[in-house]
Amino acid sequence: MYVAVKGGEAAIRNAHALLAQRRRGDASVPEIGLDQITGQLSLAVDRVMAEGSLYDRELAALAIKQARGDLIEAIFLARAFRTTLPRFGASVPVDTGAMRVRRRISATFKDLPGGQVLGPTFDYTHRLLDERLATQAGDDADRTAAETTTSARPNVPPLPPAGEGWGGGTAPTPDASPAGEIPAPSLPSSDRTRLLPSSTPETEAGNIRLRSGRGFTGARVHTSGEAAEAPAGPMPRVTDLLGDEGLIEPAPADDGTPPRDLTREPLSFPADRPLRLQALARGDEGFLLALGYSTQRGYARTHPFVGEIRFGEVEVSLHAEELGFAVPLGEISVTECQSVNQFKGSATQPPQFTRGYGLVFGQLERKAMSMALVDRSLRFAELGEEKSAPAQDEEFVLSHCDNVQATGFVEHLKLPHYVDFQAELDLIRRMRAEHAAEAEAQAPDVAEAPHKEAAE
Amino acid sequence: MTALARTASGMPAITYNFAYLDEQTKRMIRRAILKAIAIPGYQVPFASREMPMPYGWGTGGVQVTAAILGANDVLKVIDQGSDDTTNAVAIRSFFETTAGVATTTRTRDATIIQTRHRIPEAPLRAGQVIVYQVPIPEPLRFLEPRETETRRLHALSDYGLMQVKLYEDIARHGHIATTYAYPVKVAGRYVMDPSPIPKFDNPKMDDSPALQLFGAGREKRIYAIPPYTRVVSLDFEDHPFAVQAFAEPCALCGAKGVYLDEVILDDKGGRMFVCSDTDHCATRQAEGHTGSMSAPYGEGQP
Repeated sequence: MYVAVKGGEAAIRNAHALLAQRRRGDASVPEIGLDQITGQLSLAVDRVMAEGSLYDRELAALAIKQARGDLIEAIFLARAFRTTLPRFGASVPVDTGAMRVRRRISATFKDLPGGQVLGPTFDYTHRLLDERLATQAGDDADRTAAETTTSARPNVPPLPPAGEGWGGGTAPTPDASPAGEIPAPSLPSSDRTRLLPSSTPETEAGNIRLRSGRGFTGARVHTSGEAAEAPAGPMPRVTDLLGDEGLIEPAPADDGTPPRDLTREPLSFPADRPLRLQALARGDEGFLLALGYSTQRGYARTHPFVGEIRFGEVEVSLHAEELGFAVPLGEISVTECQSVNQFKGSATQPPQFTRGYGLVFGQLERKAMSMALVDRSLRFAELGEEKSAPAQDEEFVLSHCDNVQATGFVEHLKLPHYVDFQAELDLIRRMRAEHAAEAEAQAPDVAEAPHKEAAE
Repeated sequence: MTALARTASGMPAITYNFAYLDEQTKRMIRRAILKAIAIPGYQVPFASREMPMPYGWGTGGVQVTAAILGANDVLKVIDQGSDDTTNAVAIRSFFETTAGVATTTRTRDATIIQTRHRIPEAPLRAGQVIVYQVPIPEPLRFLEPRETETRRLHALSDYGLMQVKLYEDIARHGHIATTYAYPVKVAGRYVMDPSPIPKFDNPKMDDSPALQLFGAGREKRIYAIPPYTRVVSLDFEDHPFAVQAFAEPCALCGAKGVYLDEVILDDKGGRMFVCSDTDHCATRQAEGHTGSMSAPYGEGQP
């Protein structure tokens, strides 16, 4: 009896049971906990929150665990959960100028109010595999966690030539230590660990094991092992500083129009900038990276400078109608990138720098920078530039940047298509038979047969 | 709707509405469906939700079904004509779990039939709804990738591109090389993609007593053919539309004039052709029909 087409419920059940077993891995190895994922794979958690458009570290960690580390699958899980959540309102816009900054760098100014703050970054690390991390988790949690988030190595302090204002996550002060000397207050804990090999009460072992926070305030907990101190003093945004002189176009005024929401209405074109930014913020990091890269290589070049990248916590508030004022809901971690690009001006208007903008959940600099590049190139029409490249084409970019959509449609090719394929088989057999019959009819004239048109 | 309350462990307590979607979303989808019925063949944009199965795997059909499903409905889900293919099984079990509705494999017993790539062989009747899963709703997409442009072409009824494409097929291949997702004109106005059903099934859409709904989740479009609507497959006078014909009947039930799956039996050219519509085949076999390979009873019978 013919049973080949029967996929069957039993087969699916068994496949999923096998999946669960494989997900768990070797049962003699302890199961990974959500606190370990939020704590030690925090950038994966950030990506799932950003592209899943759902700020919840614990749910993101659960999704990563359930997806066996497949981040697009995890993003999909987060999205499918998010879509069922009720909406009780929109927050007031977050103020990134008031961010509690953990990292802030500008490529356009050597020093600026608030200083350059390296914070937890891979920048300037030497990408050498560190075998000291290859130990069992937990046997030296302090060292392990600290290692993953700091760029500093004992004999290579991450100090720029000037040595001014570049500290490992602390506020630069005029009396900062001289260049070349490791400034004690800003010492990353990895260094401290090595200087103080035996565990001491001062090491942040306790902090490493912090339970993840919940909901919005999950952002408060960091695994860097550094003191959660924001630099003292105001840290104005570079674009605001440039704006004071009128050198850069002003940020678009908030006219109070609620932005469209592509998760609640179908995407249609032309899309305005807020909608484009929403799509980019949810968009696939790899896709935006490639598009942003293409603009750097000349496909719609926009001559960008990184005016500023800042990462830290911002407060989220909701305007409560009954109270008449905004009520803080909590904090979220975000990364903001503002690019400063080449000019726009006219006979009546003096030239100004233009902006590209990127804002994402978590510490996702690559994504925020790519987003800023693509945002800027999508603004070509508004800025009177020529359209010449994919990164400028909003329909192309917005229709293809969503990795949950993309992976679904690419992977649907796995589904049975034998009905359609049968239809194609039927046609191609018919056409081949006709071709053969024609070739036979023209047998004496073999040389010309292949060039014969089917219809004349 | 999902409860926001968190359990003691901190994880959200997760409960889902009947048929998964919340009622506001269902209302939004029903409005789109009503508009689609009012403008046969027109693609109505709708705020497609992220569903717990991948885009491209039936999310549009699932949303349409979820929006129209009532507690007393009887649901049939097929993929490639079969109730037993993996994705049909998965979608059927999704609705069994989230809506608790009765399901069936019998075409005639179903009130709602969700399908991918086929229309059942047994004629549909008035009162039934067939919901098609649609990957690319835009019939002009492969001729013009831009949505902005294709919407304009539809608005102007400018279907010259499509006619040229069909003509070029004939010039190049001697045939219209579209064998599935064969474009149709609905109620004399909109050219519509019937979803990737084989063109064999196209005539079943014409003047059908059943309501036909089409859902494209990833592309966020819903369209419809109301009952008893004229549906014409595009063609030329000298190259009239014709459906596939199979040389032999179903090897299991002997049915002729049905769509068959080709099954490869060995690596020596052995093949058999069997009904793609498994319910149709099983029903015929139960009625005593046999084919050339019906085992054990069918052997040697005409």
